[in-house]
Amino acid sequence: MTALTPKERLAIDRVKMPEQDAKQRACNFTEVNLGLTQERAMEEAQRCIACKNKPCVDGCPVAVRIPEFITAVAAGNFEEAARILRVDNALPATTGRVCPQEVQCEGVCVRGKKGHPVAIGWLERFVADWAAEHMPKEHPPTTTTGFRVAVVGSGPGGLTTAGELARLGHKVHIFEALHDTGGVLRYGIPEFRLPKAVVDREVENLRTLGVVIECNVIVGRTLTVDELAVAFDAVFIANGAGLPMFLDVPGENFKGVYSANEYLTRVNLMGAGQDLKGGTPIARGETVVVFGGGNVAMDGVRTAKRLGAAHAICAYRRTRAEMPARSEEIAHAEEEGIEFHYLLAPLEILADAKGWVRAVRVQKMQLGEPDASGRRRPMPIAGSEFEMPCQIVVVALGTTANPLLTNATPALKLNKWQNIVVDAKQATAMAGVFAGGDIVRGGATVILAMGDGKVAAFGIDEYLKNKIPKHQA
Amino acid sequence: MFRVISNEEIAPQLNRMVIEVPRVARARKPGQFVMVRCSAGRERIPLTIADDDPKAGTITLIIQAVGTSTKEIVAVPAGGYLTDVAGPLGLPTEIERLGRIACVGGGAGTAVLFPLAKALAQAGNEVTTIIGGRSEQYVILLKELGAFSKQVFVTTEDGSSGEKGFVTLPLQRLLADPNQRPAAVYAVGPVPMMKAVSNLTRTFGVHTIVSLNPIMVDGTGMCGGCRVTVAGKIKFACVDGPEFDGHQVDFDELSARQTTYLELDDHGCRLDPQLAAMQKD
Ligand SMILES: Cc1cc2nc3c(=O)[nH]c(=O)nc-3n(C[C@H](O)[C@H](O)[C@H](O)COP(=O)(O)OP(=O)(O)OC[C@H]3O[C@@H](n4cnc5c(N)ncnc54)[C@H](O)[C@@H]3O)c2cc1C
Ligand SMILES: Cc1cc2nc3c(=O)[nH]c(=O)nc-3n(C[C@H](O)[C@H](O)[C@H](O)COP(=O)(O)OP(=O)(O)OC[C@H]3O[C@@H](n4cnc5c(N)ncnc54)[C@H](O)[C@@H]3O)c2cc1C
Ligand code: SF4
Ligand code: SF4
Ligand code: FES
Repeated sequence: MTALTPKERLAIDRVKMPEQDAKQRACNFTEVNLGLTQERAMEEAQRCIACKNKPCVDGCPVAVRIPEFITAVAAGNFEEAARILRVDNALPATTGRVCPQEVQCEGVCVRGKKGHPVAIGWLERFVADWAAEHMPKEHPPTTTTGFRVAVVGSGPGGLTTAGELARLGHKVHIFEALHDTGGVLRYGIPEFRLPKAVVDREVENLRTLGVVIECNVIVGRTLTVDELAVAFDAVFIANGAGLPMFLDVPGENFKGVYSANEYLTRVNLMGAGQDLKGGTPIARGETVVVFGGGNVAMDGVRTAKRLGAAHAICAYRRTRAEMPARSEEIAHAEEEGIEFHYLLAPLEILADAKGWVRAVRVQKMQLGEPDASGRRRPMPIAGSEFEMPCQIVVVALGTTANPLLTNATPALKLNKWQNIVVDAKQATAMAGVFAGGDIVRGGATVILAMGDGKVAAFGIDEYLKNKIPKHQA
Repeated sequence: MFRVISNEEIAPQLNRMVIEVPRVARARKPGQFVMVRCSAGRERIPLTIADDDPKAGTITLIIQAVGTSTKEIVAVPAGGYLTDVAGPLGLPTEIERLGRIACVGGGAGTAVLFPLAKALAQAGNEVTTIIGGRSEQYVILLKELGAFSKQVFVTTEDGSSGEKGFVTLPLQRLLADPNQRPAAVYAVGPVPMMKAVSNLTRTFGVHTIVSLNPIMVDGTGMCGGCRVTVAGKIKFACVDGPEFDGHQVDFDELSARQTTYLELDDHGCRLDPQLAAMQKD
């Protein structure tokens, strides 16, 4: 194949992601994006002009070698692309699907200045899915170090650290509080965005690498961090964010009001809504109002639609431009018939005589001066209150640090938000104990949790260099 | 997978199960609970750890088979397995030496009360126990509680055992008698009973601790489904409780929230005739 000239590359239009029809998918939980074919992926890859200064790489929190892997895709060398991707990114099938690409790698892609950026995320997903299907499984390393590392939490942070440490020859044991793995990847992000088969695949891969995963262990309760620090040579903590925030308006405890965490956990982790008799129930209604504008709100409102709501409404205090959700999710939600009500804030939740939600009283807002986050502050418009009838309210405002583990571990240093304080190598105030992901950053992203996991793995490896394993095998 | 060592019916639809969970047996303190999932695809439900044997690596659960999940759990025979048992969760009871204490248990709540009463007695408190049930066969753990209680009062709604009426009758007498008035009252049972006890002790100004039982999903503070209002503030019973100051709890809200899934049909829609009609057209 002859290489294309820059002009020829510039002439190619951004590929379209094949999707499930919007009407159809609003009634099922299967993945919306169907994935690129080899031909389309190679064609899209040819749009990359392999910039010398690689702005896209700077835009990626873990500095994936983007032009390198894309060049390999363009040449049809998917195996090579997968190897390059793997160096910087342990879970590319996941990040390709859930990274907010428009504010990261794709947001700074040169091709986006005039027209559309290279579809880096979709290519990443393509390569990862291709590799899962065509490349042999990884083998555990032949030499082992004899060191044993405990990992707390099996979300993206924990999974990444575990994988990196296992590849370095350390024996890794993951402790997970819930009865299943994956953290938010399993209980938060719905199947229609991230198929659980992708999470299962990553977890299976870790098992082949020799990682032991034990569920139903709540560190801080079942075992303490201090016990782990004694029994293992090092510890990595990635127990995630956790406590959901509520609106702090009257009526929040009426029947039919859920936190997004509960709503999504019931469906994603517990299988509610699948009409399993005796399984976990969930309340449905004709009209569901979800408060919030982030990924969690999008997941909540699109789940409500799939559970059969005739009106699945997303109510947000600001406008579409300020919504923190991934732009692809907002667009998908709009196509699916999700109703967006912007500049609306809740004042009170109202119930019927039996204590079930019957409406929310809301107030219209207007945007004022920018606040500390740089976004324009929503200001209430006096006299604009009205009632929106609904049967279910889902609150998707974000989370604060779950104190369960940290309260039981006084030696850890915390900041004022109760997040664990770490140094540049993710080391905490306790010797040999590292931490990363949402418990360190507050609610962040999958890729940042993975980045922390990787830094921590190397930090732990370095920490172990001049130590002797506690337990000789 | 967690092995069931023994399983016996101690009262109608009330089973005592001993489960092998060595780490929980070692770590648990009175007042804490476990989240149990009988098998894949089933609900996670909270159950109090009634007792432990750290040497054998076992915990005891006392389970009232009220609905689908509890019925499935008590149907697992000795030698069988429960898929998931996670804990210990919740804050342990603050066991202080206060002197005279009254422990009040209603129905299956008596099972939740048992480990508290035992720990309070072991800490040197003088424990008076009051247990109530619908009828004689629902009065449970009488012998076990008697082993460390200074005195035990029994009430039944039909008078088939002990005094006819509610647990508040003997409690009222204790409270009214300055020589018997307890320094604190621990009450566990159905919500209306805990509410009645709290209202009664409030008039005597006696500190009262109740153990709340909202619906839970994860039990680790992640979902907020177990929220209760205490002193006007939202608390998560699984991480901030399950024990709270009975004089500060909004019991009516708790009662209402507990009925959530009883008022839904198999599809999760409300059993509300008007709404059902609306959904048809
Ligand atoms: C609904 C939803 C949608 C999201 N969408 C996106 C998105 O599209 N893109 C994106 O980049 N980010 C998204 N995020 C954010 C992202 O998922 C998180 O930033 C990321 O998962 C954090 O990873 P983590 O490993 O730190 O923690 P988590 O994923 O939270 O995993 C922590 C794990 O630790 C376990 N655990 C907790 N406490 C203990 C304990 N004491 N002992 C043992 N185990 C414990 C938990 O059960 C969990 O499995 C979303 C979040 C939510 C809730
Ligand atoms: C911290 C805590 C500790 C508990 N300890 C014990 C225990 O030691 N032994 C025991 O038998 N039960 C205990 N419970 C109650 C137990 O969890 C519920 O009975 C169980 O979840 C009901 O599930 P089910 O599927 O069998 O019944 P469902 O079919 O869900 O409900 C059947 C009936 O139980 C009531 N119910 C539902 N959920 C609860 C609940 N969480 N609490 C009280 N009533 C409920 C319903 O109102 C209904 O009348 C505890 C609850 C909590 C929160
Ligand atoms: S990891 Fe995320 S930000 Fe980095 S290249 Fe992949 S999709 Fe882009
Ligand atoms: S910025 Fe865009 S065009 Fe340039 S190398 Fe990166 S992906 Fe290719
Ligand atoms: S049960 Fe989920 S927060 Fe308490």
